[in-house]
Amino acid sequence: MEKKLIKLRSIEKSFDGEKVLCGIDLDIHDKEFVTLLGPSGCGKTTTLRIIGGFETPDTGKVFFDGELINDLPAHKRSVNTVFQKYALFPHLNVYDNVAFGLRVQKVKEDEIQSRVRGMLQMTGLKGFETRKPATLSGGQQQRVAIARALVNRPRVLLLDEPLGALDLKLRKDMQNELKRIQRETGITFIYVTHDQEEALSMSDTVVVMANGMIQQIGSPTDIYNEPVNAFVADFIGESNILDGIMLADNKARFAGHTFDCVDGGFEKNEPVDVVIRPEDVDVVPVEKGMLSGTVSGVTFKGDYYEIIVDVCGFKWMIETSDYVAPEQKIGIYVEPDAIHIMKKSEYSGMFGDYSTFSEEMDHLSDPGEEADENEEEAVLS
Amino acid sequence: MKKKLSFLERAAAVPHMVWAVMFIVAPLLIVAFFAFTDTKGGFTLSNIQSLFSYSHIFLVSICFSLVATFFCLLIGYPLAYTMSRAKPSTQKLLMVLLMLPMWISLLIRTYSLMTLLDNGGLVNSLLQAIGLEPVAMVGTGGAVILGMIYDFLPYMVLPIYTSMQKMDNRYLEAAADLGCNSFQTMFRVVLPLTTPGILSGITMVFVPSISTFYISQKLGGGNFDLIGDTIERQFKYPSTYHVGAAISLVMMILILISVAVMNRFSDEEGEIVV
Repeated sequence: MEKKLIKLRSIEKSFDGEKVLCGIDLDIHDKEFVTLLGPSGCGKTTTLRIIGGFETPDTGKVFFDGELINDLPAHKRSVNTVFQKYALFPHLNVYDNVAFGLRVQKVKEDEIQSRVRGMLQMTGLKGFETRKPATLSGGQQQRVAIARALVNRPRVLLLDEPLGALDLKLRKDMQNELKRIQRETGITFIYVTHDQEEALSMSDTVVVMANGMIQQIGSPTDIYNEPVNAFVADFIGESNILDGIMLADNKARFAGHTFDCVDGGFEKNEPVDVVIRPEDVDVVPVEKGMLSGTVSGVTFKGDYYEIIVDVCGFKWMIETSDYVAPEQKIGIYVEPDAIHIMKKSEYSGMFGDYSTFSEEMDHLSDPGEEADENEEEAVLS
Repeated sequence: MKKKLSFLERAAAVPHMVWAVMFIVAPLLIVAFFAFTDTKGGFTLSNIQSLFSYSHIFLVSICFSLVATFFCLLIGYPLAYTMSRAKPSTQKLLMVLLMLPMWISLLIRTYSLMTLLDNGGLVNSLLQAIGLEPVAMVGTGGAVILGMIYDFLPYMVLPIYTSMQKMDNRYLEAAADLGCNSFQTMFRVVLPLTTPGILSGITMVFVPSISTFYISQKLGGGNFDLIGDTIERQFKYPSTYHVGAAISLVMMILILISVAVMNRFSDEEGEIVV
């Protein structure tokens, strides 16, 4: 593991008396791709802005390469930012936008030229030098913003929901491209998003945030397979989260049935949250199932069906490749290693039941709402 | 593609069209007519030719207006910047303070400035009270320019302030992010982004300054003949209407040229906010 480049220690921040960060401790390593992931208002953008120098924490310390930088203004930090809506200078063309930082640093004009040309080459913007930002598409503006930040060869690149305004296809392409650029340049990326898929596919480390607190830090697979609480389990991918009791190590009881599992270390009869991912549930004939229920909804998703199954009042989400009809009775089978046991937390009981499925989905996947939230944060500052 | 306007859309413009024809287009045509005719109504270029004897007045007027515009920009731009950066409540207060004089008639404002600067006025009384010699201010070029600045400063501040407010805070953050200290941000980002406001501010101060006659009469004590004064004098006697019309015509053309130049500069940045 590379050395720790940025250290945040007990960072707190309030806007107008409302606490947005409640004690953030975070280490970011050199050359790492770190994603701050969470729903709107979780404090991820504020955390990024504190690292960038656009906000000062109320309490706590920010270290960069071992140095305390709380009071170092943004323009003296070796950090560059790709802003949410790009913030390209409208009065400058593409070349001058990219050259902006180097000119401020009084780099020699012939070096500027070679570095800007190289950067435009890398970001696929060759031939756009004299265009004004307003004449570019969203994806092209995005590239200019990235080039403008990277040409300064920062130690750390901050990206604030950089792909939020792009359509799905372009997002996927840009995700790959960003990942490639990060590998090629070896620059530490700190990436803010509310899109869990984006976070999982791009990052070395994912930091899940909610309510101004870090919920979990880990690799994408850790976060997905071993969520620490109901919030993380629900936010990262789909999860069925049930109330259960740990009878003993490797024995959990939930949904009126005792299951074998692979988790231990709990007290006898400790109440726990049980997470089962929709893709880990097998649909079997009723007589072969550990549980049985009635299918209440079927949605075709292309390569699989997403079905909602009512098991004694609790609605499970299951992904299956075989079609089942609505109202059909089916059996449910779960392998021991598909059962993940979590300690009870403040989020227990808030997530993971698909009774109110549609509303929840609308809430979580509305990027417009997220953008507004960040605007508010910016205005408050 | 041109959309055909509905009856209402066309009809709505009629009252102003009538107004404009009666009080803008017709008078302009009359001015042009007078400029090219003699007292008997025959065509002549002598009015225009006689203008060469007024060239020094044009020159003085342009100089005074340029100096006044320059100082308005010098005072107005930083003020607009401070205003736009202040808390919303402070912004409102500053705005009211700036607008307050504009709600009072220009004549009254100029007159009160005159009583302040007069030989027996407040400023000289104060000077004498602290044992200094009184200074004759009314009747100097400085007083005329001061009057112009005093009367027209808000017209400089308002468009600049508007363009500052429209400027997104993200550009300032981006500049800081790319290494600009606050001075570099000012010159590399704020100034270029507020150019349209500056240009319309310049136009809005320069144009009334060059055509004013009241300020120069009251504060200049009759020592300075500006274009406005000259035109006013010509229109006191019917026999000189024609020369007055010729001067007016030339001044209008001058103003149109300056507005056109300003618009040309701002074309690259988009619309001018006059």
